[in-house]
Amino acid sequence: MLAFILRRLAQSIAVLLTVGLVAFFLFRYVGDPINGMVGQDTPAQEREELRTKLGLNDPAPIQFFRFITNAAEGNFGLSYRTSEPVSRLILERLPATLELSFCAAVFALCIGVPMGVYTGLHPRHWTSRALQAISLIGISLPTFLIGILLILLFSVILHWLPSFGRGDTVQIGWWTTGLLTWSGIKALILPSITLGLFQLTLLMRLVRSEMLEVMRTDYIKFARARGLTNRAINFGHALKNTLVPVITVTGLQLGSLIAFAIVTETVFAWPGVGQLFIQSVQFADIPVMAAYLMMIGLLFVLINLTVDLLYFAVDPRLRGAGLARAGGH
Amino acid sequence: MADHSADRSALGDWLHRAADSDIWWSFKSSSLTVVAAAATLFIVVVAFLSPVLAPHTPFDPATLSLSDGLKPPVLVSDDGDWSFPLGTDDQGRDVLSSIMYGTRLSLEVGFASVVVAMLIGITLGLVSGYFGSAVDAVIMRIADVQLTFPAILVALLIDGVVRGLISVQRHDEVAIFVIVGAIGLSFWVQYARTVRGSVMVEKGKEYVQAARVIGLSPVLIMVRHVLPNVTGPVLVIATINLGLAIITEATLSFLGVGLPSTEPSLGTLIRIGNELLQSGEWWITVFPGITLAALVLAVNLLGDWLRDALNPKLR
Repeated sequence: MLAFILRRLAQSIAVLLTVGLVAFFLFRYVGDPINGMVGQDTPAQEREELRTKLGLNDPAPIQFFRFITNAAEGNFGLSYRTSEPVSRLILERLPATLELSFCAAVFALCIGVPMGVYTGLHPRHWTSRALQAISLIGISLPTFLIGILLILLFSVILHWLPSFGRGDTVQIGWWTTGLLTWSGIKALILPSITLGLFQLTLLMRLVRSEMLEVMRTDYIKFARARGLTNRAINFGHALKNTLVPVITVTGLQLGSLIAFAIVTETVFAWPGVGQLFIQSVQFADIPVMAAYLMMIGLLFVLINLTVDLLYFAVDPRLRGAGLARAGGH
Repeated sequence: MADHSADRSALGDWLHRAADSDIWWSFKSSSLTVVAAAATLFIVVVAFLSPVLAPHTPFDPATLSLSDGLKPPVLVSDDGDWSFPLGTDDQGRDVLSSIMYGTRLSLEVGFASVVVAMLIGITLGLVSGYFGSAVDAVIMRIADVQLTFPAILVALLIDGVVRGLISVQRHDEVAIFVIVGAIGLSFWVQYARTVRGSVMVEKGKEYVQAARVIGLSPVLIMVRHVLPNVTGPVLVIATINLGLAIITEATLSFLGVGLPSTEPSLGTLIRIGNELLQSGEWWITVFPGITLAALVLAVNLLGDWLRDALNPKLR
């Protein structure tokens, strides 16, 4: 188990360094960092001095090393667009994105898994067939279109829910939360559904096919023969054994939730990091893009590591294999 | 793949074999697939004939009149005008014609980016699988890292870099190439992995050894002898990716970093309409949206069918 974790850790660090290299090349060679700091009429002499002072004339490996150490300290320089520190820009907007992604993931899990269990247990029932058909359409609809249709129905026609912004937020330390006010919660509903719907359909289809497979196995028949209740069989035996793929997909999808938050945030004018990233792409604001890339890279690596560790918690066979080898059997 | 070696024989013979093949049988017996194929064909034909079929030329400013602006669709409102069956936008552009031209652009970008991704992926996959060792390791590690990130993010990043390298005014002119390149570069990994896997299996076989013995160059062996044996899986990925590429293009255009509003694809049309949604002019958004969803759904159904039909395990 330890060897496995160490290998994973090494891989993660390699991925992070590669991402860092890409971010560094962006930062250093696309656009001129000096232009962001000085005025149009600064003489070439002065620019050159600033260049030397900032170490932009040093050999590339040294600059890369400096970039990585700065990044590790959370220092990504100034935004070309607003001249504010990039780390502050991102930190201000991070809570909004994380809350949105979290709510979307909870929504997808709490609805998707039960729907998958139901359609897996009653594959021939008409409601299951209807859910299957709807899920196929759900996968074919782009996220932004779902968002627009929800806005059209619930804000423009029915006037039930707001179509943009976070509503009222409460400040707790540096974290702003919309979960403590009624308008904040109302503002979260539509974006969370939009962002979570794709994951929901994916989870539902996954759990369904896993359940179908598990229900055919011998140990389920044996559990029935033992006279266990349906409830104990369905949830204690069957669902538990579908968890490994479900955790993998949920983990991997958590990453794409954060990426697709870009789209959802644009549709709902949600003041998160995704919107910041889109603005930085439109204005070629390289420091923000580089920092966002590094942040997403870190998040993805952390998520993948957590998923790997969760396997051990969920699947006793893995733990057993590790122990058996360690014990020299 | 019964009709595989038929490429070189006469057309009649080929048709006969195709009609006799497993694939055609599997196609005929799935009514959903037939419907999906018909829908795809219909959308493609209408989109490519849009200069002939469309009632208006929506992006020629000379034919527009602001007094035609914001007309609702005829079927839902008495204010509608039969020369604009799906209504008009705020500039007086016919929504139906915009959709037809926009669908054509979406399809073009979708096809082109799938081809780009295929070319990059197949080349790198062939090289990686055939030569192995260090080349393989480098290409596959790059693939691993890229796969960590969702394609849309990679495409956005490439687009942002290009914007940093060229000026904003020039960007609109080259936007379509940038988009095709960005989507192509973000989807190559799957092809490379599949091709590499097949090549590693194929290169140990006798026919490749024979080709090597008679002194053919590696390039010739890869392209003429190994590549034809991996076309099946590549075709499946390409079909499934076409739907994804169309969605990615639409998403990028919706985010305002794709095709400019002077040359709108379905995604751009939805973005334009979205700005008017709050005031109740839903048709400018909803009709392009339905078209996009129908197109992607039809292509996805075809892709699913092709995947199952070409999967020997399911036979």
